[in-house]
Amino acid sequence: MSLRRLFRSPEAVAGFVILGLLGAMALTAPLLFPGDPLAIAGQPLLRPFQDWALPLGTDRLGRDVLAGLFHGARTSLAVGLAAAAASILVGSVVGTVAGFAGGLVDEVLMRITDAFQTVPGFLLSLALVSVVGPSLSVVVAAIALSAWTGPARIARAEVLSIRERDYVASARVIGMHPIEIAFREVLPNALPPVLALSSVIVAAAILTEAALSFLGLGDPNRVTWGGMIAEGRAVLRSAPFLSVIPGIALVFSVLGVYLAGEGVVESTAAREGQA
Amino acid sequence: MNRALRLLRRRLIGSIPVLLIVIVGSFLLLEAAPGDAVDAYVASVGGDAGMIEALRQSWGLDASPMTRLAAYLWALLHLDLGHSVAFSRPVLDVVLERLPNTLLLMGAATALSFALGTALGILAGARPGSARDRLLSIGSLALYAVPGFWLALVLTIVFSVELRWLPLSGMETIASGKTGFARALDIARHMVLPVTSLGLIYLALYLRMMRAGMAEVWRMDFTLAARARGIGRRRIVLRHVARNALLPLVTMLGLQSAQMLGGSVVIESVFSVPGLGRLAQEAVGSRDTPLLIGIILVSAVLVIVINLLVDIAYAALDPRVGANEANA
Amino acid sequence: MSPLLSLRGLGVRYSGATAAALEGVDLDLAPGERLAVIGESGSGKSTLARAIAGLLPQTATLEGTIAWPGLDHPARNGRDIGFVFQDPGSSLDPVMSVGKQVAEVAHANLDMDWRAAMRLAVELLDRVRLPEPSVLAHAYPHQLSGGQKQRVAIAAAIAARPRLLIADEATSALDTIVQAEIVALIRELVAEDGMALIFVSHDIALAASFAERIAVFRHGRMVELAPTVELVAQPRSDYSRALLAAHLGLEAHSGAGI
Ligand SMILES: Nc1ncnc2c1ncn2[C@@H]1O[C@H](COP(=O)(O)OP(=O)(O)OP(=O)(O)O)[C@@H](O)[C@H]1O
Ligand SMILES: [Mg+2]
Repeated sequence: MSLRRLFRSPEAVAGFVILGLLGAMALTAPLLFPGDPLAIAGQPLLRPFQDWALPLGTDRLGRDVLAGLFHGARTSLAVGLAAAAASILVGSVVGTVAGFAGGLVDEVLMRITDAFQTVPGFLLSLALVSVVGPSLSVVVAAIALSAWTGPARIARAEVLSIRERDYVASARVIGMHPIEIAFREVLPNALPPVLALSSVIVAAAILTEAALSFLGLGDPNRVTWGGMIAEGRAVLRSAPFLSVIPGIALVFSVLGVYLAGEGVVESTAAREGQA
Repeated sequence: MNRALRLLRRRLIGSIPVLLIVIVGSFLLLEAAPGDAVDAYVASVGGDAGMIEALRQSWGLDASPMTRLAAYLWALLHLDLGHSVAFSRPVLDVVLERLPNTLLLMGAATALSFALGTALGILAGARPGSARDRLLSIGSLALYAVPGFWLALVLTIVFSVELRWLPLSGMETIASGKTGFARALDIARHMVLPVTSLGLIYLALYLRMMRAGMAEVWRMDFTLAARARGIGRRRIVLRHVARNALLPLVTMLGLQSAQMLGGSVVIESVFSVPGLGRLAQEAVGSRDTPLLIGIILVSAVLVIVINLLVDIAYAALDPRVGANEANA
Repeated sequence: MSPLLSLRGLGVRYSGATAAALEGVDLDLAPGERLAVIGESGSGKSTLARAIAGLLPQTATLEGTIAWPGLDHPARNGRDIGFVFQDPGSSLDPVMSVGKQVAEVAHANLDMDWRAAMRLAVELLDRVRLPEPSVLAHAYPHQLSGGQKQRVAIAAAIAARPRLLIADEATSALDTIVQAEIVALIRELVAEDGMALIFVSHDIALAASFAERIAVFRHGRMVELAPTVELVAQPRSDYSRALLAAHLGLEAHSGAGI
């Protein structure tokens, strides 16, 4: 029923089609392009649609652009999902504790949240990567470091409205431990509005990862779209396709995440509106 | 006016703990980084082992972490942000030198995105669900998905490489000897692409917020009441619906400033604009942690100041702000 | 004399609704007449009021005719029809001063420049008995009480001297004392300006206290239309009787008990 409503909007359908393609690219990358995508595959700077073995051509060092695109989808998706999951996890725990404990704990946690929102997130990510050194998990942590504040605020606001409700009161009456109440009764109910934010967080994470890689701060052992775009910059005049193609992949991925996310939120909103 | 001043004072006091937390965080990052301030200083100025020891002692770096933090705070209080390895100069000097360029870039990008974004948002939100609305919504969503640095490259390919209409990079033509208006025009030409690349994503954001806000205001009774009173559609759209929907955008203007500062890193790097963002990238490139932390601190202060200004503007636009305290 | 307003076979159906919200309403309203529209919640009172003022959502479909024999042109909102809503809190723009909101009605409908419109607004605020109108004109809605807001809304509704004032439960959101004051104000204004009045209410006693005729609605149909005295003395429909009985129930019951 709600699926049918979801697929009534052409935007949402487009979003899911794009996400499906992206997922398929990420999953099939090691099968279709089993070799190292960073290895030399042919003559350098081959233009797209010249050679059927290398349909999108090669870069300055002769690496296969299509293979890079597929393996890059893997990185983008993995980092986007992992960073979003980490931000939502940290954010909802912080928000739940702040909202449920109240008082000084709430005050301190919210000032910390303010502080994280005051510092430009990308600078914070830069600082962490530059101090610890670039690797996939550091990049994920660096992105989550600035992205958890949104979920924290929303979770806190939700918890504040939930904690006075009947089932929380009755949990108190039967003598449940406050921490148990917070995480077993309150958090699960506070989660939906936080999750509604997840598409925006995933999209932002994908874009941040790309920007970090573009600046040469991504994991050096992996292909990333941001890295490919940066790589193409050196030959921007003679071979603009090297920067343009991965960028298009990036735009479509982010767009797909937005469209799908918006479709889901709207169809659930419509369902609640009817109920 | 009294209302705004009272609000300003409260916000100012409220931002002190936030700034303290940022400072403590910066201190921890500095501690985590390999090498300390003396290493940084000696690396740029030079010195032997004995001098290093002496410096460590006189800077209090061999003391306990708490004492070191106190010393750090004390130094910050005297506007001493440490020494930059890469530039062999005090961090604050380097940062302040680059700040105006970033402010110009951000100011222009904010003005462009806010003005165009709200205007297009009003066009879309004037008739929710119309073809125009749908088109603008999808267009803005697509724009919202475009990474600024990639847009910067594409715009460069089109306007600088192919069409040769605009300069490729830099802040102004080097050694052109231009002054006054000619120089301003030269800088403006250089800023077109960076400003567009930095601002376009926020244009999409403001458009979408305005449109969504207006759709919400349309559902409120007073828009129907205005119709019932015979107020013209144009006036309802502009003076009632858009006017009310504008308020959350003003708040967003403050929240967005931190994000835009982050965005300026890549944009300034692409266009070689000598601003704060490019400085951050240079700091990372040369492993100049004190400089990077200095940039972060100055950015945080900048964000706090911008948010204070935005709060004042908001109070001027929304008569309900601070109404409760006024009676108390 | 020809009626001001004439409804014939008026029906309204909201999109997606199974039943019509209003069906087959025939009604004539004389100039200067005071008509009360009563009925329980969901009976279609607001739908009728909004249909007359052309304020239904675009998705609603209309049947029958709404004619204005008393006007030589189609009715215009503000100029010919004044409308007062139920909730005074939400019928005013929160970020525009109340004086401006009254003035813009004059500016839009009477071709007045802003200066004159503002002067008129202050006069109107005085007329609806708001204290210190020239000061209050600069206040914002959140600074006023519910009753004061409703007075502002009434001032805005009558600013362009309409021929018909529609008050859709204009007093329901207020407490009893304020309610009586607002009703008294509306009565007075209607008498002074010779406006016709459609007073929507679910309170038959309140309606009967000053309406010349009462229309009783149920499930989207007008079940009875009669002069007030007649309807109260000998209601023809069972439903009107039930409504009256419900209101008089207390007295009747205590009378029987003794
Ligand atoms: N905008 C709308 N869309 C769909 N249905 C509506 C809408 N407005 C009213 N209705 C339906 O039309 C019917 C009549 O509603 P109306 O508001 O006219 O009743 P009412 O007599 O004014 O009730 P109340 O005393 O509660 O104000 C109701 O069943 C209501 O649910
Ligand atoms: Mg009603």
